[in-house]
Amino acid sequence: MTPATSAREAILARIRAALPADRAPEPESITRTYKRAGNLPREACLDLLLDRLTDYESEILHVADESGLPAAIAQALQNAGETRLLADAAFPAAWLPAGVDVVIDRNLSIEAMNGIPAVVTTCEAAAASTGTILLVHHGAQGRRAITLLPDHHICLLHRSQVHELVPEALAAIAEHRGEPITTISGPSATSDIEMTRIRGVHGPRNLTVILYGAI
Amino acid sequence: MSIRVGKTAKAPDFPAAAKVALQDQQLRKNVHHATDVIRNKRALRVQEMDDWQELRQAAHEIKEHTLAHLDHYLQEFERNCTAAGGTVHWARDADEANAIAIGLIQQYGGDEVIKVKTMTSDEVQMNVALEAKGIMAHETDLADMIVQLGHDEPSHIVVPALHRNRFEIRDIFSKKMGLPDLTADPEDLAAAARSYLRDRFLRVNLGISGANFAIAETGSVCVVESEGNGRMCVTLPDVLITLVGIEKLIPAFEDLEVFLQLLPRSATGERMNPYNSLWTGVHAGDGPKEFHVILLDNGRTQLLASKMERETLDCIRCGACLNACPVYRETGGHAYGSIYSGPIGAILSPQLNSLEHSRSLPYASSLCGACYEVCPVKINIPEILIHLRGRVVHDDQQTLSGNLSQMNLAMKGAALVFGSRRRYEAAQRLGRMGQLLFKRNGQLEHLPGMAGGWTRYRDLRALPQQTFREWWKQRQATAPAPESEAR
Repeated sequence: MTPATSAREAILARIRAALPADRAPEPESITRTYKRAGNLPREACLDLLLDRLTDYESEILHVADESGLPAAIAQALQNAGETRLLADAAFPAAWLPAGVDVVIDRNLSIEAMNGIPAVVTTCEAAAASTGTILLVHHGAQGRRAITLLPDHHICLLHRSQVHELVPEALAAIAEHRGEPITTISGPSATSDIEMTRIRGVHGPRNLTVILYGAI
Repeated sequence: MSIRVGKTAKAPDFPAAAKVALQDQQLRKNVHHATDVIRNKRALRVQEMDDWQELRQAAHEIKEHTLAHLDHYLQEFERNCTAAGGTVHWARDADEANAIAIGLIQQYGGDEVIKVKTMTSDEVQMNVALEAKGIMAHETDLADMIVQLGHDEPSHIVVPALHRNRFEIRDIFSKKMGLPDLTADPEDLAAAARSYLRDRFLRVNLGISGANFAIAETGSVCVVESEGNGRMCVTLPDVLITLVGIEKLIPAFEDLEVFLQLLPRSATGERMNPYNSLWTGVHAGDGPKEFHVILLDNGRTQLLASKMERETLDCIRCGACLNACPVYRETGGHAYGSIYSGPIGAILSPQLNSLEHSRSLPYASSLCGACYEVCPVKINIPEILIHLRGRVVHDDQQTLSGNLSQMNLAMKGAALVFGSRRRYEAAQRLGRMGQLLFKRNGQLEHLPGMAGGWTRYRDLRALPQQTFREWWKQRQATAPAPESEAR
């Protein structure tokens, strides 16, 4: 036996020795009487999300539909005084604003990404009750590093992607459970110094959410 | 086998360490402030959840179920993580875990690692082990940096540098980062940490993390954090090593919906922490190319046999019990002599150590129950504390010195006295005579021996000249016959 195998067998043997031998192999049922489905009307659900995002000091922009996205992205960049923008190769070209230096992520090095001030991505779902945006990092959501290194994350959120509760939002991404997943609730923050919440440590210090599409 | 929990083995007993901590006014002020802030925020965020109790109950049941089938879920996790391109290692104790990590780091050829906050690595003292092999571990969580750069020890599970105020942090950063003009403004301090670490995040090719949850169904690992340093550590390096205590398993992805609601509200009083990262093995074109998990026992399996002790392993390390504890709030974390402090530390540390160390910790509590009330997974900490006190007493009685100790003799004497009415009444008479030596103005003062610990700080009323039973007997003998009922 190699040492690794023996550690494995030893730990499993300790567990089996400690627990009764006649344990039921079937999973026991868990009492899930907590809220798993929301009851807010769609408008109120969206308002709840806006309230939470504002609480996290995120910037929120509203557009009616896809045609408004280039202008909104340009607005977000302008508000932050930025002129360069990172996006995944799968990000729809028609949504990108004109007159902005767009860098497309085709296997960019970490160093190259580090110098770009802003990134634009889509997302998979959002939970209104906690103001959380969920990414599963496929398509225009980009790989994990692109939403991490730039200091400003501009995230497009279709209004139909907004769920009221955390369980609903997680259920919405459950089919991607084997993929890398990042949930984002406001900009990077810390409370490690005297419990004062400080926005922006290592992740993006600014988060802009652009809401588009029909509820 | 060498189970080690931080530097616990060398730590002084809680009463001695607490006495030192209580003299430190600055420390007490810092701890009061920080715990007050988190407690208030937590209360606010818990209050707005009308299904909080239901979530707690579900979390408790999920954890209890997982632990009751831990062998099954560990193997399921191993199978799925391996299928997704990860490598799973098993470590019986601290030394084995460190040896695996060192072997991997040497195999990939590095002498630097970036680390995201993991209490488990503090438990096995991984940084010390790495340093001995010439490997520098950079802590990247702001609080962990404060602790590491200040050659300090963590004093809280969630906010390890909570005992430091902004001026102390400024002094540490200013000295270690060579920034003489650094101000004590928290924004400036965070910005200093950002630029200090930025180049290390980009340069260092090996990452080490812990795990808040390991999901058996998918083989995924979940890290809960706020600053983005966790995302950096689990995304940017080519090689990632994740140290996971075997109790961190949960059965399914679905179960996250319970814990991701309970943990942030309990830990920092936020509705949700800024970032949660989940990954499963290796993802082509995204993140590390090599992923290793070390599943750590280090005493945990010793807690499985007893249903009550097993509950200790339900803990999701939110720190709510620390913030709520009237003892922790006065002494801070260092007095516990273990990286696991507060009420959860008082039950976890001694049990991981088979009660060989930290034997005073089960007594570091007033048993007020505040910890149980705030625990998001409903660990009955007061009950476990009492149970462990029982184990300590039972252990002590096996030794001659323990048997002849003042406490044991007093308790045995008390058991004898309370065992019969005759002895009890005799003891009362004896007490009334004996107390004359110490009685002043109806109070007892300066009692000898252990009882002196009480009278040094508190009043103790003298025994009355007549007991209730004596008064009752006398009343029966002298009272007139009851009046007949008026009709």
